[in-house]
Amino acid sequence: MFRRLILAPAILIAASAVLLPAGPLQAQDAPLRIEITDGVIEPMTIAIPAFHGDAEIAARVRQVVADDLTGTGLFREIPAEAHLAQPASFSEAVSYEDWRAVNAQGLVAAEVTQAGDNISVRFRLFDVVSGQPQGDGMQFDARASDWRRAAHKIADQIYARLTGEKPYFDSRVAFVQETGPKNARIKRIGVMDYDGANILWMTDSSSLVLAPKFSPDGQRLLYTSYDSGFPQIRIMDVSTVSSRPLTQDDGAMAFAPTFSPDGRWVAYSREQGGNSDIWLMDGATGAQRALTSAPSIETSPSFSPDGQRIVFESDRSGAPQLYIMGLDGGEPTRISFGDGRYGTPVWSPKGDMIAFTKQIGERFHIGVMRTDGSGEKMLTESFLDEGPTWAPNGRVVMFTRVTPGGTGQPRLHSVDVTGRNMRPLDLDFAASDPSWGPLLP
Amino acid sequence: MNAATKPALLACLLVMAACVRPVPQPAPPVVDPYASVGGGAVFQGDLAGGVLAAEATAQYFQTAIGDTVLFPANQTTLTPEARAVLANQAAWLGRHGTFTAVVQGHAEETGTREYNLALGARRASAVQEYLVAQGVAPGRIRTLSFGKERPAETCSDEACYAKNRRAVTVVTQSGPGA
Repeated sequence: MFRRLILAPAILIAASAVLLPAGPLQAQDAPLRIEITDGVIEPMTIAIPAFHGDAEIAARVRQVVADDLTGTGLFREIPAEAHLAQPASFSEAVSYEDWRAVNAQGLVAAEVTQAGDNISVRFRLFDVVSGQPQGDGMQFDARASDWRRAAHKIADQIYARLTGEKPYFDSRVAFVQETGPKNARIKRIGVMDYDGANILWMTDSSSLVLAPKFSPDGQRLLYTSYDSGFPQIRIMDVSTVSSRPLTQDDGAMAFAPTFSPDGRWVAYSREQGGNSDIWLMDGATGAQRALTSAPSIETSPSFSPDGQRIVFESDRSGAPQLYIMGLDGGEPTRISFGDGRYGTPVWSPKGDMIAFTKQIGERFHIGVMRTDGSGEKMLTESFLDEGPTWAPNGRVVMFTRVTPGGTGQPRLHSVDVTGRNMRPLDLDFAASDPSWGPLLP
Repeated sequence: MNAATKPALLACLLVMAACVRPVPQPAPPVVDPYASVGGGAVFQGDLAGGVLAAEATAQYFQTAIGDTVLFPANQTTLTPEARAVLANQAAWLGRHGTFTAVVQGHAEETGTREYNLALGARRASAVQEYLVAQGVAPGRIRTLSFGKERPAETCSDEACYAKNRRAVTVVTQSGPGA
């Protein structure tokens, strides 16, 4: 069986134009499977021989697929020099023996053809161990300029079939670029593919901007801007790169905004007279109310995936700790109890975990815990790590790592939720405050 | 205390009355020796709005009064040293009613961006409250926080952190005249 799917032409597409099932294909036995657990240390071996079709574009697509898969740390590519089989065409029968002989467990075969401004990408995945196809072959049609997205779609299919997890490669990350000296930093917001490609600038360098947050549909950004001279929240339409103020409250600072999962509500920190509390605003009407009213600092709200609860940071106990509250008021429940100072909690899209920043002594960590505070685990340690954001499948966390000193700079890094595969994002500039958007349709 | 204020203080000691603080004295009338035709130019008094004094500048406030107060780590309460600086700031603002102030709160780089924004806001607010308690009209002072975005010093040890945990009062002349 072969499935044909057309990749939506625009980079940004209406949420209704869903063309691809988000999860792994159903009704397929998955004989080849890598389980992502703390115990996995040996990556699955996979062969990705040269893609057929138009050689130049085929080579580029193949490289992105390979980079996506090996970048997870879950797969190891069998180098082309070792391959025994040299299939002459995409439809040629697979000689499993040749692939077993080079210890490949999985095999990807694909063909990329270009006609004018459009490309077609067809691929099949094979379980070399049991000697059979794994899932249907698929075809993606896309504009040639969207070739990287087509590659990410293929890699997403392979990842989903081999891990049983939802994929995340065809997604984007909003971030802040940092230039200039440390005491006069120039910041601007950009949006890029999850792997650092296709950067689009959302703001110029004229005012200080902080901490963009993607809407759940990836079409809008919330961020804090000093363009009025005072920190206020703005909302940006990503496709038109146009923004407007969401708060403009003389005498009340507004920062740390985040969307609710349905995109309707905005939770943020509102500071008046030195005291910061969490407020909830209806993004359509601007109507708002306070969710906390304590003399302590309350900030960094993040919604649960069902939109019913908010995890946030408060220093009501003396030092910053993590708390969860409902939207109907009531006393928040403290969930962090370890030594140190906790901040920037973010609820996993799967709902099971909360990632956070933790300072112990003079070291910073990105950590995760279950929503009841149990199972706390540190994933990273450095001079200054902060601000985790979840991949859309809840398997990977991206964050900011800052190097110390007068020439110190922030860099984006990602780490698997098991604590493995720590890696810097390949960017040729300093960047901070990542916000990982949704898996694109 | 700088050298320029010493004669004024001496004058205060000699004539205790009316010497709460040094008051700039109007210059004596002068005659233009070159304007022989028509009787010369005779000083007729100060222009409305008072004497232009070097003290009534943002630069004087920054350097001579002191625009910055420092805070201990993770603290937002004012130290005795900070209160002494703020008392001078309040007195200056009292003397120069056409100036408004923006108090900028800052934090050191350790700590998350968002918590540091809130922490800086608390520091700025502590300064504002003190200035208001000293008699400055609340409407003349605004606050904002830069969190850890605008450090004064860029090294990553306590010597710099101590200077970055601060609140800076920035004065601006808002009205016409002086």
